[in-house]
Amino acid sequence: MNILKQAFARPWIWSFAATLAVWLVTIAFTGGASTLGLSQAALTFAAFSIIVGLGQMFVITLGPGNVDLSIPATMTLAGTLSLKLMDTQNALVIPGLLVAIAVGIAVGVGNYGLINLLRIPPIIATLSSSFIVQSTAIWSNRGLRIKPPPSIADFSTGATLGLPNVAIVALVLSLIAWVVLEKSIFGRQISAIGQNMRAARLAGVPVDGVRFSTYVLCATLAALCGFLLSCFSGGAALNMGTEYLLTSIAVVVIGGTAVAGGFGNVPGIWGASLFLFLVVSMLNTYGASAGVRLLLTGLTIIAVVLAGSRTIAKPIGSD
Amino acid sequence: MANPAPGAEVIKVDGADKSFGAVRAIKNVSFSVAAGECVGLVGHNGAGKSTLVNIINGGLAADSGTVRVEGMVLGGHHTIATARDHGVRSVFQELSLCPNLTVTENTHIAHASLNGWGWRRRAEAMIRAKLAEIFPGNSIDCRRMVGELSIAERQMVEIAMAFSETGAQARLVILDEPTSSLDASLATQLLGYVRSFVASGGAVVLVSHILGEILAASTRVVVMKDGAIVAARPAGEFTIPTLVAAMGSVARERDRRVTAPATSGALVLSEPGVAGSIAFAANAGEMIGLAGLAGHGQTRMLVGLFMTQGGDWRARRDQKVVFVAGDRFVDGTFPRWSILKNLTVSLLRDLSRFTLLRLAGERQVADDWKLRIGIRTEDLDNPILSLSGGNQQKVLFARALATRSPVVLMDDPMRGVDIGTKQEVHALLRAETDKGRTFVWYSTEMDELCQCDRVYVFREGKIVGELRGDDVAEAQVLAASFAGAVA
Amino acid sequence: MRGWLNAERVRLLVPGLSLAFLLAAVFWLQPRAMSYTGLNLLFNLAVPIALATIAQMLIMTVNDLDLSMGTFVSFVACVTATFLQSDPLVGMLILLACIGVYAGLGVLIHLRGLPSIVVTLGMSFVWGGLAVLLLPAPGGSAPDWIRWLMKSKPPLVPMAIVASILIAGVAHVLVKRSAFGTVLRGVGGNERSVARAGWSILYARAAAYALAGFFAVLSGICLVGLTTSADANIALRYTLLSIAGVILGGGEFIGGRVSPIGAVIGALTLTLAGSFLSFLHISPDWQIGAQGTILIAVLALRLLLDRRGKMDAAL
Repeated sequence: MNILKQAFARPWIWSFAATLAVWLVTIAFTGGASTLGLSQAALTFAAFSIIVGLGQMFVITLGPGNVDLSIPATMTLAGTLSLKLMDTQNALVIPGLLVAIAVGIAVGVGNYGLINLLRIPPIIATLSSSFIVQSTAIWSNRGLRIKPPPSIADFSTGATLGLPNVAIVALVLSLIAWVVLEKSIFGRQISAIGQNMRAARLAGVPVDGVRFSTYVLCATLAALCGFLLSCFSGGAALNMGTEYLLTSIAVVVIGGTAVAGGFGNVPGIWGASLFLFLVVSMLNTYGASAGVRLLLTGLTIIAVVLAGSRTIAKPIGSD
Repeated sequence: MANPAPGAEVIKVDGADKSFGAVRAIKNVSFSVAAGECVGLVGHNGAGKSTLVNIINGGLAADSGTVRVEGMVLGGHHTIATARDHGVRSVFQELSLCPNLTVTENTHIAHASLNGWGWRRRAEAMIRAKLAEIFPGNSIDCRRMVGELSIAERQMVEIAMAFSETGAQARLVILDEPTSSLDASLATQLLGYVRSFVASGGAVVLVSHILGEILAASTRVVVMKDGAIVAARPAGEFTIPTLVAAMGSVARERDRRVTAPATSGALVLSEPGVAGSIAFAANAGEMIGLAGLAGHGQTRMLVGLFMTQGGDWRARRDQKVVFVAGDRFVDGTFPRWSILKNLTVSLLRDLSRFTLLRLAGERQVADDWKLRIGIRTEDLDNPILSLSGGNQQKVLFARALATRSPVVLMDDPMRGVDIGTKQEVHALLRAETDKGRTFVWYSTEMDELCQCDRVYVFREGKIVGELRGDDVAEAQVLAASFAGAVA
Repeated sequence: MRGWLNAERVRLLVPGLSLAFLLAAVFWLQPRAMSYTGLNLLFNLAVPIALATIAQMLIMTVNDLDLSMGTFVSFVACVTATFLQSDPLVGMLILLACIGVYAGLGVLIHLRGLPSIVVTLGMSFVWGGLAVLLLPAPGGSAPDWIRWLMKSKPPLVPMAIVASILIAGVAHVLVKRSAFGTVLRGVGGNERSVARAGWSILYARAAAYALAGFFAVLSGICLVGLTTSADANIALRYTLLSIAGVILGGGEFIGGRVSPIGAVIGALTLTLAGSFLSFLHISPDWQIGAQGTILIAVLALRLLLDRRGKMDAAL
């Protein structure tokens, strides 16, 4: 009883419960024929939103007003530039990866530079930098669709022991993120800043340094995701990041990370990402359209924040 | 003007009590203001002035006792809105204007009845006339945004708005430190207007740290101390020295440790005196008090001392100063965290290996401090907000004392803390100074200041006095805190 | 000298000058643009953007932010190209209901203390979903009257300019001059003292959202009038453009500091940035990059001016 109570006190348990329910319903509908395929597809597509969601989670945990809107542009630029450099040659995979990471670091440094130097809210800083990053991507892409080197293309579409490789990458990154968030100085400091920036500064937390690192981390994860996604889908497309702007925020919010900051949640991102994908495929098996899918996603987000607001209004331990 | 006859009671508070947690802010206070009088309200920090003022203007409900406005008991329904309907207006110390609106537009916000076609013209005419009446010759442009005005101009607008008449007439105006940012000539104009307002049947409650103003404008002076009214007499019967004496207590045995000569240790922290301020210096092993009325620049200096040590970009392993917050909500606690995490947040570098936290070590440190400072909780994993205010404050003390920093800055940390906790913490602080730690302690409590080796007294953002050794006593602190009281 | 050049006007000066500078540059590069048709072409697409910017500005007046502006305008465009054309009464009812939903969002956000960013994020999926349901593939057609209105050629001044001035004027009177607008801005500036003076913050926020919904509906209708058909993704970029336009025009995220005239100028500037580059023979790839650069430059310029202003005030 107590264990159950504890489990349900964790906000992310709901996204997993919902995911499981949707998964079972879909399997039941298709008579179990597609169990393996559906699970693999879910893990593959969820992996991309998990990777960007991790970065967005760290940023949102920094407190009200912190959000990174440059994620889609960063993904596109990293994918475009790295594919261009690799030029379908297997030998250049590592340099290509490094270019992607360099793009991420550069965008992150630029973002926090704008926030700090121009004293503008993160939302407008990342917005204006995303315009420039997106333009750079368009300019460097020139409408050409360069294929990824075969080795990395095989890797990103392949599976190991039945698990999609991208999901394994996402899992490793999530484990690292979880350790950073829960067990490291950096995670504590992010959480402190998100709860009360002034108190954090007065407790000796290096606020500028932590926020800077967080924005760089977020952009780097976005760049990595862009690299993987472009290799997975056989080339970088200019609109490849678009859907991840709202998705990255949605998975963080549904996953139980506090919108007001100060409390991040890694497992919840998995639950939310899988849930979002499975809702889509469930509706697809029922023959529902993309419109219904979007509609339900939106209503889910609103329902989740509404449910969250109720628990905040009630003082802790009142029952 | 249809003011009531002089002598008619505008407001009457009977036997009011108000407690905040363990602290009784006012005890069985009875207070009344009649039409045609200006009541000067004085007292040192914690005397209960602002609690009483807030009970009158509807901002706070008394725990017991009654509030009558024009003879009617309003009971639990006495709110700021009903008070306003009965003509009770307040000028708060914190500005209550919208900085992004013009003076005229703010007038509309304050007086909803200025509506319909041509409201802008009427509002502007009204506020202009009132400003000209109170502060003749002022040059405030009512079409400018309040945020662009100087602080003095903002205060003038706020005062004019409180005295202006639309809908309900202003019967009682509460002025809480109205001259804090006005220069001498504007203050004189205001006091002159207060006298004429009172003469025409209005009532005023005036709170000020400038005793000359109190004596010049009031018809009656009420002195508060420790939550009670200790003297209430016509203003003519007071002089500045007798007022200061009335605010003080009977001479108290000094509870102060025997200290080494005040400048024993090496200089650890200093700030040059600028613009009429005395220079600040702290030596190793000293307990330094910062005194003066609340809000006169003590907190700003402490935060400034902390910030100038750097650490925006990288945490320093040898952080020289730590900060103990007094305003726990704003400066201190992390509300989502457990007691444990709140306690160790300043220690993370000492409790980690390769940036990963040693959780067992962290718990051990927290357990040690739980015993040493006596945090009353079963489990350090409980949320910080499950603790009482005094125990939350102990966590903040432990957070600072557990570091290796040689200087501790304390921003009135004992406000709202019960006496038992205070004594426990005082003992701990004494032990730490003996080990060579330096404390810079802003306090609004006289007995705490009296434990310090040296005391700097603040007034209007500057250090105006330095007291050492046996001079650290209530009378001297009071005299320096109130302008015009120093001979 | 400070009497005329107050902070409000300095704020308008920066976007005004940047628009004038861009316009001058365009004329210099392409003198033929200095004509009735040229101006109409340059600014035509600015009209719906300006309306969406005003809508975003109204939300920002009460310290909130609308991340669903783009999908909402797209949805309205779809309704306009389908129901409003075929069945005007139903179309009108749907659009009225949308405004009602906006007011409801304001109420919800206020009563529950929810972050507007997340609620409108959810709404952006909802509007996007409804738009796709309504118009799965690009299509529909604009009602004749709106097509006629948007393509009409008033004497002397092109329609786009007339419309922009009209939008700026109406919004200015509504937000900056009326008693109602004063309360809205007061809520953004100091919510507590407005509540203390006896105003209902709930009503103010609901009204701000409803008005925003109204302007966004107009934006969608005008957009279809220009493009003559709609699709579900037609205005997705409006979310970011409307926020950028408000900021460019001197508005701020919090504190109720907004400027309707500035917002319209901001929208015009962002539209012109693209044309400017094409006249420079720089590839259109850099169009949104230029918008980002202008945004950063204006914000940097404003920071400098604000610092100067603070120093003046301190002296």
